[in-house]
Amino acid sequence: MLSDPAFRNSLVTFLAFAVFIVPTTFVISLGAALLVARTRVMQSFFRSVFFLPTACSYVVAALVWKMSIFSGIRSGLANAVLGWFGADSIPWLSLADPPWYWLVIVTARLWLQVGFYMILFLAGIQRISPTLYEAAAIDGAEGWKVFRHITLPQLRATSTAVLLLLLINAFQAFDEFYNILSTFGTYPPYARPPLVYLYYTALGSGQDFGHGSAGAVILTLIIAIVAVVQGRILRLGDRGD
Amino acid sequence: MSDKQIGREIGQALGAHLTRRSLFALGGAAAVTGALAACGSNTGREPAATGGATGGASGTTLNQWYHQYGEAGTQQAVEKYAAAYKDATVKVSWKPGDYDQSTAASLLTDAGPDVFEYGNGPTIDMIKGGQVVDLTDLIGDTKSDFNPSILERMTYDGKTYAIPQVVDMQLLVYRKSMLDKAGITPPQTIDELIDAAKKLTQGNVKGLFLGNDGGAGLMGGPMLWSAGLDYLTKDNQFGFDDPRAATALGKLREMWDAKVLLLGAPKDWFDPSALTAGLTAMQFTGLWTFPDLKKGLGDDFGVMAWPALDGQGKASVPVGAYGSCVSAKSKDVEAAKKFVKWLWIDQTAYQLDFATAYGFHIPSRTSLIGQASTLTSGQAADAAKLATDVGHAQSPILWTPKCNTAFGDAMNRIVKEGADPAGEIAKVKTVADAELKRVLA
Repeated sequence: MLSDPAFRNSLVTFLAFAVFIVPTTFVISLGAALLVARTRVMQSFFRSVFFLPTACSYVVAALVWKMSIFSGIRSGLANAVLGWFGADSIPWLSLADPPWYWLVIVTARLWLQVGFYMILFLAGIQRISPTLYEAAAIDGAEGWKVFRHITLPQLRATSTAVLLLLLINAFQAFDEFYNILSTFGTYPPYARPPLVYLYYTALGSGQDFGHGSAGAVILTLIIAIVAVVQGRILRLGDRGD
Repeated sequence: MSDKQIGREIGQALGAHLTRRSLFALGGAAAVTGALAACGSNTGREPAATGGATGGASGTTLNQWYHQYGEAGTQQAVEKYAAAYKDATVKVSWKPGDYDQSTAASLLTDAGPDVFEYGNGPTIDMIKGGQVVDLTDLIGDTKSDFNPSILERMTYDGKTYAIPQVVDMQLLVYRKSMLDKAGITPPQTIDELIDAAKKLTQGNVKGLFLGNDGGAGLMGGPMLWSAGLDYLTKDNQFGFDDPRAATALGKLREMWDAKVLLLGAPKDWFDPSALTAGLTAMQFTGLWTFPDLKKGLGDDFGVMAWPALDGQGKASVPVGAYGSCVSAKSKDVEAAKKFVKWLWIDQTAYQLDFATAYGFHIPSRTSLIGQASTLTSGQAADAAKLATDVGHAQSPILWTPKCNTAFGDAMNRIVKEGADPAGEIAKVKTVADAELKRVLA
């Protein structure tokens, strides 16, 4: 299985995807949580608005992204915006070079999951005792210093959980890839994470259960190793967090 | 960790002391849930006691599976045909979703169908695995009446494993008014087609639509045929290890580079909306779109085959058909075969009704085409003639799904990424040679 270039390629695809999507989602959802936590007016409104996409199905969002926002014709939302600036339409999902399809996949996933992690961070932020901030204010700390030395350390337990969940989610990448990129009965040879590859090998018309299960075992091993390493680094489950 | 320890930990985790009695209660609940789940597992098959155990003709129950047809009334039609059969009780199952995959998997189990339809007949793996039975004797002297390329596609080693139900085809459809305006006649070669597409590309209207992947998924076969080649040769060897194939596949990249292809349409090639909404002047699509095309464009459309590469090649239209097969695991194979013969060979009136009353398809029996009123005039008549004259079965029976994936990947790299066609063809050959060796072993 490991000698199959397509499978190795799928592992690379998905490592690259994880390396990008995990920190990006982390930063954006933490930023959103900080902004919402600071808002005094209509806080619950903003909270709900940011959280709402979480309730949307990945399949539905993928189809909206594919068919209406990033469709290749002039009336697609993204191309209509480009049109205002006099730029040509871009067939976002058809081009392999430059790889615009990553923009479509990544924005869809960000839209879907940022709200959920924002809520987790928000809960963490609201648990931080105000006395810490008061003490810091007396000591003359403000802005970035407060964030760096109080908010971030106090959010460690939340951050650990968020990172772990994000990584698991990235490993499970299937829905939006499959629904955005598959065409009638085929899937392009790029942007093919392992679950998509294994779907076509074992469950699709291939029905090659031997290679499919071998791939699944390799995937499980990788996830287990990453989870253990991450647990070590972040000292998951330590007392006193 | 022993079981007891685990039990204690779970008990503590639940924050309650589980006594032995409450554990039994839990177990009981689980058993009840299991029984309920069993009630819910409707496999679509009668329990064995009432099934074909009697063996008598009148007491037999047959399960027949169809994929979900999009046209209204089709399901009621096939149920009507099944109810009209007197020699056995036929239960029709209408299967939405990924029909091909789930049917292939169910054939390995006892919950599979007795009679089922499958796209272009059963796969070579089903035949090799003995999952479907030989239906050659059902056809008898009607053989010459079936579309020859379709029947050949469902035949392996001289034995026919499926009876074609209706023929579907794909073809090139163009907007007459747009071609007239640009002063173009329907192109006869691939180069003429590229020129026409260039002239027809104006502003937001593109010249040609071959699918949102630029034809990578759809046009591989027609491109090989246009060069006079095929997936496999007559003696089942790899068929396009040839510089002409590289030239032909490279033409798709030429169209891509010329920016004359419509890409990223909201609905892909199998839907007529790109043509009716005026996004493209020509589109490769299916006969099934004709009712919608008629509604949207009136008479402003014409049909043609995918042109030949040059004088040495051939024009073609891909044709395919769902074929009715009999599972080898059926409890009463003979009764199932009898039903297939009754419906798809003897009942020509039902076959005509199924092909023409709901959507646009071509009857698989040549003698019925003349009686199909939907196909006697206008563009549909032209299309039906193309299917008979230059129809080409979509892919040969020995071209396995694995070959198809390798070919699809190669096509994507050639068309979208501009990879060297000859190099990509060599990669497909490696996979296909190994697959041919496997299935012919």
